[in-house]
Amino acid sequence: MESKKILEVNDLRVSFDTYAGEVQAVRGVSFYLNKAETIGVVGESGCGKTVSVQSIMKLIPMPPGRIKQGSILFEGKDITHYSDKQMQKIRGSEMGMIFQDPMTSLNPTMKIGNQIIDVLRRHKEISTADARKKAVEMLELVGLPNPKGRINQYPHEFSGGMRQRVMIAIALICGPKLLIADEPTTALDVTIQAQILDLMKDLKNKIKTSIILITHDLGVIAGMAERVIVMYAGKIMESGPVDNIFLNPLHPYSWGLLKSVPRLDAFSKEKKLSAIPGYPPDLFSPPKGCPFASRCNYSMEICYEAMPKMTEVSNGHHVACWLTHPLAPAVNRKSAEGNKKNE
Amino acid sequence: MNKNKKLIEVSGLKKYFNLGGKRILKAVDNVNFFIREGETLGLVGESGCGKTTTGRTIVRLYDATEGKVLYNGEDIQRLGKKGMKEFTKKVQMIFQDPYASLDPRMTVGDIIGEGIDIHNIYQGKDRKDRIFQLLEKVGLNKEHANRFPHEFSGGQRQRIGVARALAVEPKFIVCDEPISALDVSIQAQVVNLLINLQEEFNLTYLFIAHDLSMVKHISNRVAVMYLGSIVEITNSEELYTNPIHPYTKALLSAIPIPDPVVERERQRMILQGDVPSPINIAPGCKFRERCFNAKKECATINPQLTEVSPGHFVACGMC
Amino acid sequence: MEITSSKFKHIGINSETNQTIVRPSITYWQDAWRRLRSNKAAIFSLILIAIFTLFAFVGPTMTEYDYKTNDYLSINQFPSSEHWFGTDELGRDLWERVWEGAKVSLFIGLMAALVQTTLGIIFGGIAGLFGGKVDMIIMRIVDILIAIPYMIVVIMIMVIMGSGIVPIIIALTITGWVDMARLVRGQILQLKNQEFILAARTLGASSGRLLFKHLLPNSLGVIIINLTMSIPRAIFSEAFLSFIGIGIKPPMTSWGQLANIGARAMRIAPYQLLIPGIFISLTMLALNILGDGLRDCLDPRLRK
Repeated sequence: MESKKILEVNDLRVSFDTYAGEVQAVRGVSFYLNKAETIGVVGESGCGKTVSVQSIMKLIPMPPGRIKQGSILFEGKDITHYSDKQMQKIRGSEMGMIFQDPMTSLNPTMKIGNQIIDVLRRHKEISTADARKKAVEMLELVGLPNPKGRINQYPHEFSGGMRQRVMIAIALICGPKLLIADEPTTALDVTIQAQILDLMKDLKNKIKTSIILITHDLGVIAGMAERVIVMYAGKIMESGPVDNIFLNPLHPYSWGLLKSVPRLDAFSKEKKLSAIPGYPPDLFSPPKGCPFASRCNYSMEICYEAMPKMTEVSNGHHVACWLTHPLAPAVNRKSAEGNKKNE
Repeated sequence: MNKNKKLIEVSGLKKYFNLGGKRILKAVDNVNFFIREGETLGLVGESGCGKTTTGRTIVRLYDATEGKVLYNGEDIQRLGKKGMKEFTKKVQMIFQDPYASLDPRMTVGDIIGEGIDIHNIYQGKDRKDRIFQLLEKVGLNKEHANRFPHEFSGGQRQRIGVARALAVEPKFIVCDEPISALDVSIQAQVVNLLINLQEEFNLTYLFIAHDLSMVKHISNRVAVMYLGSIVEITNSEELYTNPIHPYTKALLSAIPIPDPVVERERQRMILQGDVPSPINIAPGCKFRERCFNAKKECATINPQLTEVSPGHFVACGMC
Repeated sequence: MEITSSKFKHIGINSETNQTIVRPSITYWQDAWRRLRSNKAAIFSLILIAIFTLFAFVGPTMTEYDYKTNDYLSINQFPSSEHWFGTDELGRDLWERVWEGAKVSLFIGLMAALVQTTLGIIFGGIAGLFGGKVDMIIMRIVDILIAIPYMIVVIMIMVIMGSGIVPIIIALTITGWVDMARLVRGQILQLKNQEFILAARTLGASSGRLLFKHLLPNSLGVIIINLTMSIPRAIFSEAFLSFIGIGIKPPMTSWGQLANIGARAMRIAPYQLLIPGIFISLTMLALNILGDGLRDCLDPRLRK
């Protein structure tokens, strides 16, 4: 039976060798992505979400980075130790990536049309004239007004939102099976963000690419992702269908995260937010137990001693937390869960 | 309702930048608002709307092109040297970028102590004690005083910035996007710190941000800015439940909510076009090109803030 | 590890561990030094310059000769165990003269660089900080000075003031400060709009405080690099002036002076030109490599 999985990451461990020692950025991350599915990877800075995903595309400079352990399977092929040459064939054609900052991700000295045509011609046998036609079609698809007229303009002649559309066009021009979007709207104004997210949803339905969406914005995840992975300090804390994660979260970090975000539609009498105390651990010497223990209201002795394994609590909903262990005391979920409307 | 005196009063404030040639950047174009003592006024808008320029003009980092800023009844544009000395103790600012707002060559203790040194408030041991006290007040340790900014995380650096502002015992603080560059869980910590300090010292805040969810949460009243002007101003609950200006409605509609069920069921109001440039703005209502409610008349009118219900002001010709 | 129910005893938040800073404190200078140390060429250059400087003082004492005594019985002798660097046309010991000359050349190089740097910081600092008309006036002066050919100014001053160490230093610095001024001004313009400067202004800092406590300390990297690079330029200029005969006059000597005399005897005693030439070249090379190394380690953007 043909697998539905387009991407499978198993026990990925990525470290950086710096002059002060080894920084363990990713410490055993496993997840999968089905065809035409969108997963959201959410976590704060330093959690390892960008490094994990950039390792898939081999965009991490090695050295000082290195994949210590683990495997990455793309369409069944093990690409973990692919050379740069092998990756060049995949990048752009099978895998596309959109970055956060549209100002620095486009080549300022090249017309945008040529940037798109360049990618297309590198991976497909196609004449320049045909490539140009396709580029115009793609620009129209991503909602750039007057694509025929603007295809010969330079990046600086476009606004942030328009540049992001151009980046999406470049990423999608070869029809990749996997699209990685790393904080694609973080640098944009809120009304422009809405436009871009709307575009991405539209494209998702039309082209049916699998998407990995990385962001720290819980609202964006709620609106775009079908499954969610919550990362902290280089590990996955919880993963599951989006409704489960937001409406029935199981990990204290998820509880804390949801509670600390004020909701536009909530009216709370309490002015103070429920903040998670302390700071994420230093990845030079990560704690041997659960990395969230020292900030967790519910932590127990065992949490400081050993890392809990990922357990499946319900269909597709996994969590790595000692609270799920049969010996653990029951926790009052109602008080722990996130903000609800009209609290 | 807050019956306290008006601590800050801004009227007819304009700040124009001459970019050479015939290009004029009207960053702040006839802004009017007041803030009562102990209150928090939120100022929201997207890039280019002039909210940061407004904040900086209020603390006199910029001199206004026109208009008045009254602090406690006094026009700060007319302050002489002595007046400015007092002013810089009473009005302070917290900055956005935790990585650029602290001098990388100074120790944390010296950074916090700068205001104390400039105004000669404490010396010697008293100065040291005061710095330790401030560090602890913002949730850091005494030991941190001898370290350098680069050794701290973003959230900790913002706390240092808060301690620095507090050192001169201000009454009014302009918070210019103080949490935009921070992680979500750290944002909540810093916001709580600001709320606690406000309660303890009866501070007044102007909270500038682009994240409406956070602004609505921390502010008593909120003003929405677009291209240098305020388009709507009212108290936070009213702004959400009864927005009137089309831009406010579009802004609220664009904000994603961390609830997948709500997100699926929402009807989004997507604004077309880009956030326009504040250089050489065309006459007429500035929002008309993106407004779904625009009529022909909007090209010739210049809407002013009018009270549509008690405390709720809107600048729109068609509303 | 055995899992027992006692392990599930509640602990909760540990405020000690969730706030500490693990890494040791390392200042900007410590980090810079560490990076410089790993640059072998730069360290080697540093050692070489240190050796030359040391020998400038110690070298003359190592033989019984001195730099100005003539000995007509031993003229133009090739290097030997008697005269380690040989002798010149008047029988003077070249080893002695090289190290005496080293004192003068290095001194002029260092002093000229220091004066240029100081003037550059003052003018560049004022231009950058105050902006407006002040900036415009200073920059126009800079533009004019740059337009005038360096050597013409230098030679004119030497002709007017005569030869000697002080006139040379004045000649070199009267236009030499413009590079540093531009650099410092550029740095300050860049820094002026950073938030930590705005914060200092909001706290009521005076212009003087801004300049000396914030702007200049944050420009030190650039200043030191330029300082290091202006020393070889000054050394070369002095050598050139002395070589063409308007610099240091005998019996005082400098490397340029030696090269001047050595050039005359080139056919019969090539070592007289070669030896001072090698010293000039090595010193300039070492200083340039050191300057490059400093640029790499002091540039804050390259900091890890």
